[in-house]
Amino acid sequence: MIQNDLPAIFRDYNPLEDKMFSLIDNDGHVINQKYMPTLDDDTVINAYKQMHYERIADEMAISFQRQGRMYTYTPNLGQEAIHIAAGMHIREQDWLVPAFREMGTLLAKGVTMKEMFLFYLGNEHGGSFKNANHTLPIAISIGTQLHHATGIGYSVKYQKKDEAVFTFIGDGGTSEGDFSEALNFAGVWQVPVVFTIQNNQYAISVPVKSQTKSVNLAVKSVAFGIPGIKVDGNDFFAMYLAYKTAAEYALSGKGPVLIEAFTYRLGAHTTSDDPTKYRKKEEETEWGLTDPLMRLRRYMEKKGIWNIDVEKLTEEYKQQINGQFLDAEQSKRYPHDDVFDHMFTDMPDDLRRQRAAYEEFLSWKENRR
Amino acid sequence: MSVMTMVKAINNALDIKLKEDDAVVVYGEDVGVEGGVFRVTEGLQKKYGVERVFDSPLAESGIVGTALGMAVSGLRPIVELQFEGFTYPAFNQIASNVSRMQNRSRGKYTVPMVIRFPYGGGINALEHHSDSPEALYAHIPGLKVVVPSTPYDAKGLLISAIESNDPVVFMEPKRIYRAIKQEVPDEKYSLPLGKAKVIHDGSDVTVVAFGALIRECQKAIAMAEEAGISVELIDLRTIYPIDRETIRNSVRKTGRMVVVAEAHESFSVGSELIAITNEEAFLYLEAPPRRVMGFDTIVPLAQGEQYFIISPERIFYEIEKTFNF
Repeated sequence: MIQNDLPAIFRDYNPLEDKMFSLIDNDGHVINQKYMPTLDDDTVINAYKQMHYERIADEMAISFQRQGRMYTYTPNLGQEAIHIAAGMHIREQDWLVPAFREMGTLLAKGVTMKEMFLFYLGNEHGGSFKNANHTLPIAISIGTQLHHATGIGYSVKYQKKDEAVFTFIGDGGTSEGDFSEALNFAGVWQVPVVFTIQNNQYAISVPVKSQTKSVNLAVKSVAFGIPGIKVDGNDFFAMYLAYKTAAEYALSGKGPVLIEAFTYRLGAHTTSDDPTKYRKKEEETEWGLTDPLMRLRRYMEKKGIWNIDVEKLTEEYKQQINGQFLDAEQSKRYPHDDVFDHMFTDMPDDLRRQRAAYEEFLSWKENRR
Repeated sequence: MSVMTMVKAINNALDIKLKEDDAVVVYGEDVGVEGGVFRVTEGLQKKYGVERVFDSPLAESGIVGTALGMAVSGLRPIVELQFEGFTYPAFNQIASNVSRMQNRSRGKYTVPMVIRFPYGGGINALEHHSDSPEALYAHIPGLKVVVPSTPYDAKGLLISAIESNDPVVFMEPKRIYRAIKQEVPDEKYSLPLGKAKVIHDGSDVTVVAFGALIRECQKAIAMAEEAGISVELIDLRTIYPIDRETIRNSVRKTGRMVVVAEAHESFSVGSELIAITNEEAFLYLEAPPRRVMGFDTIVPLAQGEQYFIISPERIFYEIEKTFNF
């Protein structure tokens, strides 16, 4: 589908031609002046800092898990440019419908590391993201969240609200029926939803080539009559412009957009996964050369705006994050009531009966001591 | 008061809620222009417009999943799935998300939505049009499951379902969509969810049923009374939360319990009712509780359905056996 009113990048980077939208190379040289966004220095510096924060938080989370202080964790390493660029375009009133590997975007929405840690410590109160406006909890059932985003899109359009919806899925998720259904519904309903596929090349161990015969993943948008673009997901500026364009397009009432963010999961799928089983060291090394933080830093150095003392910043972030982890770790376990309290808005008698029976057991156990 | 079929009564409930609450939207396959394959939504699109009553793409997971999105963002969607046999593509959304979002978000989001679908056999239909999957949905924590047996109940229960802040699966017994006509108030009224109704008092045997089989039970009770057996008939009306109290009170009085339902017998609502009977009335029992239910087989097509469908004779036979135990 080539519409005349499509923003220029969607026309210039038609996914049918398998082009990838990229603005800086691995050394930080600008390779596409035409689309390079003009951002003030502070914005760029701030973006780098946010990416660095996500990286440090991620590394610390993995380490806490390794120390046996936290349960299964899903690392974000290597995908930070996507998360931070998206976060810069999601306004307070916009909706975030996450999958489970976009921590930087959640943080931008107001989620704290303490909440993230609580969630991975097995506490639903962390995962509820109570203080982040219009942010749904993490979705683990692959692909199902895209329908929720489309439904919210219908809702905000129906209520004539100035709100866009941002949602995420992985490359493996594009094989799920819900992926196709959601894009189809969103296209028919013309709802303001920005869909992002984080194509990090693997669904746990299965490579993209085992998921689809399509030339890329952005091309799937064509069948649903919505604009799509394949973007270099490790290029902060490309992701920034893609989100800027997509958000404007969606909010203008023209309908949904599909962004394929082409990236690489530098870490494991989860802390229970061992990537050496299914990918080669050389491949990881090669992708390491495209590291989004490194690329952005090189760009900033070339432009003469690099003024960050990384060691000092790292130390500062580590202290902050460690404080949040300790806070989460030392939080009291919730009482057993909490298991029952959130199933219904009015608790059925059967739940009361089951809770009372459990409490009887508890007091029997107490008296037995 | 107007004389209404169940189809008309449900249409009337939707009409009332669409009129009084802008947050209510109704959609599904063929519900807009055509008014649904059973005409339950007939006339509503004309009255409320295509933004509020509309045809969706043909994908049940999408219908239910998008409704969840609407429900967490200020709307009260009521979706129709065309037949119970086509609810299975939506099962993942129902079991993985609709039933869990409130708990997952620790109450930050509630899910005020209704999933309506016709269910049950007896209409000489093709495959996938005759199942009774109430146990599948009642087994999922976080859902309410409602089954009306009369036009009056259908209207009052549906209004409660729409006004509930929890997700409700509303199963409509298609066999009696038009078979029963009843005086139904034109104005709004609601019936509480989670409350069964004793629709016939008796002292010898308790029969628990719901949906289309209430009518078959009433015929069986007439036969039982001729044989001198006094039967108490309970219409469950809500499958979950189940009304233990009404069941307890009745079985403690009669000492005998027969469950009548069309679903496959094993791991069914019947199984649950017998468990409740044992837990609540063990020392009052005069006979083992019985299930008169569908075989653990696929519901046959029209030629074989007579073997599967539960007739009043079969219900009477089981009542008499239980009474004479």
